Amino acid sequence: MTDTAGGLLQLVPKAEAKQSMKDFKSDQEVRWCPGCGDYAILAAVQGFMPELGLARENIVFVSGIGCSSRFPYYMNTYGMHSIHGRAPAIATGLATSRRDLSVWVVTGDGDALSIGGNHLIHALRRNVNLKILLFNNRIYGLTKGQYSPTSETGKITKSTPMGSLDAPFNPVSLALGAEASFVARTIDSDRKHLTDVLRAAAQHPGTALIEIYQNCNIFNDGAFDALKDRQRAEEALIRLEHGQPVRFGPDGTRGIVRDRRTGDLEAVTVTPENEPDLLIHDAHAASPTTAFALSRLADPDTLHHTPIGVFRSIERPVYDVQMSDQLDTAIEQKGKGDLAALLAGGDTWTVVG
Amino acid sequence: MTIAAEPAAPPREQNAEATGDRKATRALDRVVIRFAGDSGDGMQLTGDRFTSETASFGNDLSTLPNFPAEIRAPAGTLPGVSSFQVHFADHDILTPGDAPDVLVAMNPAALKANTGDLPRGAEIIVDTDEFTPRNLAKAGYDGSPLDDDSLAAFTVHPVPLTTLTVGALTGFPLTRKEAERAKNMFALGLLSWMYHRPTDGTERFLRTKFARRPEIAEANIAAFRAGWNFGETTEDFAVSYEVAPAHRAFTPGTYRNISGNLALSYGLIGASRQADLPLFLGSYPITPASDILHELSKHKNFGVRTFQAEDEIAAIGAALGASFGGSLAVTTTSGPGVALKSETIGLAVSLELPLVIVDIQRGGPSTGLPTKTEQADLLQAMYGRNGEAPVPVVAPATPGECFTAALDAARIALTYRTPVFLLSDGYLANGSEPWRVPEPGELPDLRVPFATAPNHDGEFWPYLRDPVTLARPWAVPGTPGLEHRIGGIEKQDGTGNISYDPANHDFMVRTRQAKIDGIAVPDVTVDDPGGAADTLVLGWGSTYGPITAAVRRVRAEGGRIAQAHLRHLNPFPANLGGVLSAYRTVLVPEMNLGQLTQLLRARWLVDARALTQVNGMPFKAEQLATALKEAIDD
Repeated sequence: MTDTAGGLLQLVPKAEAKQSMKDFKSDQEVRWCPGCGDYAILAAVQGFMPELGLARENIVFVSGIGCSSRFPYYMNTYGMHSIHGRAPAIATGLATSRRDLSVWVVTGDGDALSIGGNHLIHALRRNVNLKILLFNNRIYGLTKGQYSPTSETGKITKSTPMGSLDAPFNPVSLALGAEASFVARTIDSDRKHLTDVLRAAAQHPGTALIEIYQNCNIFNDGAFDALKDRQRAEEALIRLEHGQPVRFGPDGTRGIVRDRRTGDLEAVTVTPENEPDLLIHDAHAASPTTAFALSRLADPDTLHHTPIGVFRSIERPVYDVQMSDQLDTAIEQKGKGDLAALLAGGDTWTVVG
Repeated sequence: MTIAAEPAAPPREQNAEATGDRKATRALDRVVIRFAGDSGDGMQLTGDRFTSETASFGNDLSTLPNFPAEIRAPAGTLPGVSSFQVHFADHDILTPGDAPDVLVAMNPAALKANTGDLPRGAEIIVDTDEFTPRNLAKAGYDGSPLDDDSLAAFTVHPVPLTTLTVGALTGFPLTRKEAERAKNMFALGLLSWMYHRPTDGTERFLRTKFARRPEIAEANIAAFRAGWNFGETTEDFAVSYEVAPAHRAFTPGTYRNISGNLALSYGLIGASRQADLPLFLGSYPITPASDILHELSKHKNFGVRTFQAEDEIAAIGAALGASFGGSLAVTTTSGPGVALKSETIGLAVSLELPLVIVDIQRGGPSTGLPTKTEQADLLQAMYGRNGEAPVPVVAPATPGECFTAALDAARIALTYRTPVFLLSDGYLANGSEPWRVPEPGELPDLRVPFATAPNHDGEFWPYLRDPVTLARPWAVPGTPGLEHRIGGIEKQDGTGNISYDPANHDFMVRTRQAKIDGIAVPDVTVDDPGGAADTLVLGWGSTYGPITAAVRRVRAEGGRIAQAHLRHLNPFPANLGGVLSAYRTVLVPEMNLGQLTQLLRARWLVDARALTQVNGMPFKAEQLATALKEAIDD
């Protein structure tokens, strides 16, 4: 296997001159609601792109439908604002036919997990070289406030006046179940963390899914305040760092250990006795079991014990690499296609005039 | 009006003559043979082999495979019957034949399912070993039809095919079951003897097909030869038949036999080469289109990428993504798949990117008749989208023409940056005919330029159109300075930026329509040898063969009728309105309830009349001829 981390990025041409954030801003007026979390994500992405140093013309953003899916219009790269839920499918065709491109998908919780759920899971299992940014605001914004597939059960919305009956998806759990090779979670307002996760995703060969908690200040304001308010976040937020014990709370007084009986993870107050038992986060573990257990820690209602960071980052064969390899192998084995020979086939006869 | 059943004319026997051999040989001008058996009996393979032998012998031919949607319906039952009909002749022919002259029935169910199609005097070869009480009961016979006079109108050849096959394979290291499986090759050998077919090709084929199991190959060859020798020696088959090569039917050149789906696949590979663009196929398996996916997946050494998607929507989505990236993008499907792809086709209309959508039509609605043919997706192709979303429609007329139709669909897609429908159907897809192999040098140049530089005051405007074709520039990612964003929201003319301006939308809707209306397609040609007909028969797609055969019959009896056939249904040929208005009566045979007829009436206010049939099978020439004669006499 030749494609190590960053190996696929080497196929994308580099920018000739040094880039700045300004280079990635298009001339289009940004039309999200004032105060929308999307602004922060856009700024973080535009700010991060120069670091990659890729030729701007070799970067493509593909989106579906929803507020977040307007994103490509604001990036001064190639872009396509497609149809509801289909961005992973469209991006798959682009990425598999053009390995010299860095292809990014921007999607939302409704777009990716409801109407486009099928395409998302299949992109993840194939491990196409795509970077998927899933803006999760746990609400339908563009259609004005219906519950989404990540909304908490019982949520009162325009379409659920007596409370929604649906159990929500956990996007990280779903992605891990779909054999994703890279899964991370971050928060719109934490620019540094968001940028760190983008960096790791960009380097990853294969599909990377980043769930970004994003505030919709119109229809679901404050959905993630438990993770943003400094005081409340101490109990709620768990920052995952590869190779480090999983600790959180004031001065790291809390930690995660494995229940020896069930194998489940649980939060404990760290003591000298249990400190050696604290879970050491291994994002590169071959088995997704612990990553999945981490994804189940959070309480979907209070968001307590919500891990952020890279849950899983492993290397496995990349779909577009293998597709290209098959083409090369076919040419090695059969020679470059000869149309005249193909058309004639094996069984011909000649009619003389 | 609908078409009623009526018996067909028997083949003409030419100067019967005995050769110096022990057995008599008769010359025929044409023969229709139907191989019928259980789905597991290998009838499609048998038919394919007989067809290949016939093609290499130089007859003109046309085939009609007919099989159930179930892979293996319960053995011995009527729903499990699979058949393959081949019509071959010493002159040019156009259809697989209305009725078989010879029926090979491998079991009682195959006999029962097909007897109704036989004309008086037809020959029937049955495998008597299969006529057991149990099998007779499964087929719904009270007693054996071989023992009563129910088959008195036909010449029946009772042959213990299974016993003979097993006997011929004594000494081969095979189980009885494996030996029995070679009985289709015994039958093929017998028919090959009866019609003087060359046998080398079949023996070569069997050796290649079973290369990994040489004992199976040799057993099949032994069964094949035993069938031949059985014909040569048994008293029951006193006569064999010759059908001379159809030299005059073919223009000089190299020929091969080809099915519609194979020709279509080759056409796509040819288009990729002629456009100098890599071919990308996004597809989801569906009958009767899957063979195109199978075929193209074999040709990766032509730079062909095939992507079997998770569903029909992803299949076209991936193709559209590849088109954005500069591939010649194709998606292949059948009617139910088109329904799922509609939204993405609308996006392709809005994005104005090249895309070929291949619809191998089958019986509908819904799942309908997956393995049977129909032409009922025309209006879906024309109008099956939200908003004003015009899409060009190309329809091949014969299996071989699927090749040029694929090139033509690609030409339109690339030149005008638009999705294009290529409407084939189950009959064209699986039917086959001799095809003159073109030289690559004969194929059209399909190259189109990508945009390489800003086109408006140093900026790049993705919707600044070519003044002649109205096509927008195709700027693929990786081109510096042309970074742009496109989407399904209405775009401002020129810049392509989002625009909700009413006047702009009105302009863009009309401009997209004008682009499609302005596509260059050849005029339709009218065949009217006497020039005095006042009835025109107009067809489209796979009805070409039966219509032309019917027209010949009408003319042979002195009837005056003009014929025209459409390969382009959107836009229509520019001269079509004038052609229609020149005739008192316009008849439109269609395998639907009159979809083209509706389009013609709506567009030109002509009193076009539909001749319709939706039984899952192609028109029969004789029935169609009768309908045409009645209409002329009206």
